[in-house]
Amino acid sequence: MAYKVVRTKLTFAEKIYLPAVLAGLGITIKHFFRVLTGKKKETMQYPEERWDSHLPEHYRGAPTLVKDEHGKERCVACQLCEFICPPRAITIKPGEIPEDDRWRKVEKFPEEFEIDMIRCIYCGLCEEVCPEQAIFLRKDYAITGLTRAEMVHDKKRLYELGGVMTGLVFKWNEKK
Amino acid sequence: MADILIALVLALVKGVGLVFLIILPMVSYTVYAERRVSAMIQDRVGPNRVGPMGLIQPIADAVKLLLKEDFTPAAVNKFYYWLAPACAMAPALMALAVIPFGSYWFGQPMVVANVDVGVLWVFAVSSLGVYGIVLAGWSSNSKYPFLGGIRSSSQMISYELSLGLSVIPIFLICGTLNLPAIVGYQIEHGWLISPIWIKGISFTGIDFGQIAASVFSVQALFKFLLWIPLFISFVVFTISMFAETNRLPFDLPEAETELVGGYHTEYSSMKFALFFLGEYAAMISGCAVIVTLFFGAWHIPFLPTDPRQLPLVWSIILGFLHITVFFIKVAVLLFFFIWVRWTLPRFRYDQLMRLGWYFFFEIALANILLVALILAFYPSPQVSQPSTKASKPAFLTNPIQLGYRAPKVVRNAG
Repeated sequence: MAYKVVRTKLTFAEKIYLPAVLAGLGITIKHFFRVLTGKKKETMQYPEERWDSHLPEHYRGAPTLVKDEHGKERCVACQLCEFICPPRAITIKPGEIPEDDRWRKVEKFPEEFEIDMIRCIYCGLCEEVCPEQAIFLRKDYAITGLTRAEMVHDKKRLYELGGVMTGLVFKWNEKK
Repeated sequence: MADILIALVLALVKGVGLVFLIILPMVSYTVYAERRVSAMIQDRVGPNRVGPMGLIQPIADAVKLLLKEDFTPAAVNKFYYWLAPACAMAPALMALAVIPFGSYWFGQPMVVANVDVGVLWVFAVSSLGVYGIVLAGWSSNSKYPFLGGIRSSSQMISYELSLGLSVIPIFLICGTLNLPAIVGYQIEHGWLISPIWIKGISFTGIDFGQIAASVFSVQALFKFLLWIPLFISFVVFTISMFAETNRLPFDLPEAETELVGGYHTEYSSMKFALFFLGEYAAMISGCAVIVTLFFGAWHIPFLPTDPRQLPLVWSIILGFLHITVFFIKVAVLLFFFIWVRWTLPRFRYDQLMRLGWYFFFEIALANILLVALILAFYPSPQVSQPSTKASKPAFLTNPIQLGYRAPKVVRNAG
């Protein structure tokens, strides 16, 4: 069906366009002076001012490894995170815990644990899949480096970033 | 012979000083101002990292542009491709030659070339600027620059008409094309943009009789009558200047949203920078013309106008003050240009043409008629011969007199 576009009948003031121009100029200069006098401030001067304290608990920053409250690593090198990682950023080299060790029942530990932060997409699947609650996405978001090698977080760096996390899973626990 | 040499050297010193000490720094800081002001209008901050408040940003930009790779695409017409940026930059600076940017400093008139063709020179030279754009668009051998070049040429030709016609009322009133003489007229009779002009106030005392005479008199009434067409002139001239300098409501030659980058799409590095700077230099010279024609150029109301009559130190201070005031006025207008740019959306091309040919052209023509009518009924003045009497002989002593001298018929007006 034919549709007739209704054209608005413009008033004379609208036709000559100048009142609209002046109104527009008024609006822009108002914004200009608002920013100039500091009444309105939207911009955060990033490296100096940060939003960090406002980040929510569930914020998905850099993935890290955490230790439990006894300072033990939680990771048991099951490699689930390595397998689920969509961009394959995680590389784990599992090591066996020797027969006579006190923690024999844990069976495995990560000899090396590397996350390539150039590849990581911060999806959080590793955190979700981890049965030991060993890997968490913490609040670090400014992951930078001058070389590719620097951008690969090794085990030491991952624990540094992760810190301690008290949790529910206690595999590295004598009681169990 | 020696006179001519001295005059040439002086003109050279003035020209080089004006361009390299004032205009080029001003160009780069206009770019900075554009970025800061546009940012603030959009509730942002703008470049504020390099130096205090980002004031060294223009230097960083210049270094960046100079060090970038200067890439010449394979399919371009090399000669014109290289010529175009210079063609875009040079006319903008050349137009400044006739602008009186100060009164006298160290006894020298602050105008590079005091020629009687004055404004004609400005129009003639600034219309050359279109060649740079057309050449760039054509020689780039690429669709978008070509479209930009075509748009630019037709736009500039259309708006030059109203640009030229809108200032004819000023020449009818002042009776001269010589810019320093027009400034002299404005000192005597008030800036052409102001509806009333109060005389009799100076820092030596206040003469109430003169104030009353300058406000309540037939002269003042006619000054007010003349102000109406002059204001129309000002509006038409300013809007045409926007079109002439390719500023935003009329920036179709480089319309980023339609034409990538317009005529300079294929340019990089310093050649692109020349287009960019040329655009801003054209803006500055355009503002300088507006200031000279409508805002009394370097004139500061209620202060002495001729520094040569003062003791040396004061004359140098006053001369410097006049130059400063001129560029402050220019800066205010530049702010207005920037302000408008970040307010208005772009016109459609047919709207642009319609506006130029159907409205501004006719308005300017009618305006001339209006001024001519008012001047025809102008009461015979009891005031002395206007304007130019005080200033013109002094300016005419400047040995550089290029071009043709207009017959010195000065209308008794104002």
